[in-house]
Amino acid sequence: MITVLFFGKLADIAEAAAELPHVSSTDELLEQLRLQYPALAAEKFIMAVDKKTISTNTLLTDNCTVALLPPFSGG
Amino acid sequence: MNNDRLYERYQRQLILKGFGAEAQQKLLSASVLVIGAGGLGCPVLQYLVAAGVGAIGIVDNDVVSLSNLHRQVLYNVQMIGRPKVDCAVEVLQQLNPQVRFTVYNERLTNKNASTILSAFDVIVDGSDNFATRYLVNDACVLLNKPFVYGAISQYEGQVAVLNVQENNERSANYRDLFPHPPKEGEVLNCAEAGVLGVLPGIIGSMMANETIKLITGTGALLANKLFTYNTLNNQTYELELSKRTETASLIPATLEALQETDYEWLCSTATLANEIDAAAFNDIVADGKAAIVDVREKDEQPVVTEFSHMQIPLNSLQQHTAWLTEETIVLFCLSGKRSAAAAKQLTELFGTSKKIYSLKGGIQQWMQQQKQTV
Repeated sequence: MITVLFFGKLADIAEAAAELPHVSSTDELLEQLRLQYPALAAEKFIMAVDKKTISTNTLLTDNCTVALLPPFSGG
Repeated sequence: MNNDRLYERYQRQLILKGFGAEAQQKLLSASVLVIGAGGLGCPVLQYLVAAGVGAIGIVDNDVVSLSNLHRQVLYNVQMIGRPKVDCAVEVLQQLNPQVRFTVYNERLTNKNASTILSAFDVIVDGSDNFATRYLVNDACVLLNKPFVYGAISQYEGQVAVLNVQENNERSANYRDLFPHPPKEGEVLNCAEAGVLGVLPGIIGSMMANETIKLITGTGALLANKLFTYNTLNNQTYELELSKRTETASLIPATLEALQETDYEWLCSTATLANEIDAAAFNDIVADGKAAIVDVREKDEQPVVTEFSHMQIPLNSLQQHTAWLTEETIVLFCLSGKRSAAAAKQLTELFGTSKKIYSLKGGIQQWMQQQKQTV
């Protein structure tokens, strides 16, 4: 299983956390998430795998946690 | 003030294990610039001033309004309508008269940023928009200044210490986290999304704490880390930030290049390919073949007499498209926002059958540039 955490506005689109069957990479995960939550496609966010931000497609291990974080501008 | 009074004021932190007189002296010698005197800026300022930071700068061009008071705790109803920087200093001087204040009752821009930021050791970003956030980041990277970042949205907040010198290298900066500014409308601000007043109190206090730790060398900083907090479920989440290889290429190469980077534009209408600058606009006007259209409401200032044009307010544009027989259409308004929206509408209508442009920066910027070039 892969645990996905949604932050900020993304939690309104999906939910705060979701569990998904294992997929091999973050690109594949994104594809799955966009099918499940079409509104995600219009959102801007970065991803972190096991609390480490990533900038390219990353292989996922079983039981890992992926976080999706949007930028905040409020002050 | 004599040393006894100093000791009395800071006694509780002077006796603190791992802090003491040396740390206090570092605070008294330090200078901090707080950008934005709003929800985050208020608690940041209160705690930094109370702790005894020697010199504080405040940048904000806003005035106090009633809807600020639920979260901007330095202000009260008597201050409504007055500049925030002035009200903040009045309150903060009462709190600690020894602190030296410098106020900038202006918006931080690509033109003034490097001059203002240069005068301070540490920068604290409590601004409320992406244009300022990317500008602060890029300026801090170019000036080698550490900056304490905090941002909020609805029930969640983020804190990080960015671009700080650690082990002979600079820690991650904001562009390592979010490389590109979002476009207008992609991310909501507090005015659109709402915020509970306590949240900036919590996040702002954390920012003040990191600032004090950074100045005094106390504890472990949130460097190369992003801390997030959710007030609804009290969940915290700490991420490790990885540096991105492309970050350096996204930041202007020099302070001169920074001055030429239009952050407002990067963060708002960056999707528009059909914006033209004043020079291109003047060429089209001189050519005389294009339809030049003012999409502002009737009677809006300034009145344009420098070139002939027609007036079709944006909200009635769709009803008057038959007037636009020319092959090239150039739209303008005051700031360039409405004309950009008009250009989008017309491009959808006419497709590639006409060339449609919007004057970037609007007639306001165009008039300023004409004055400068005369």
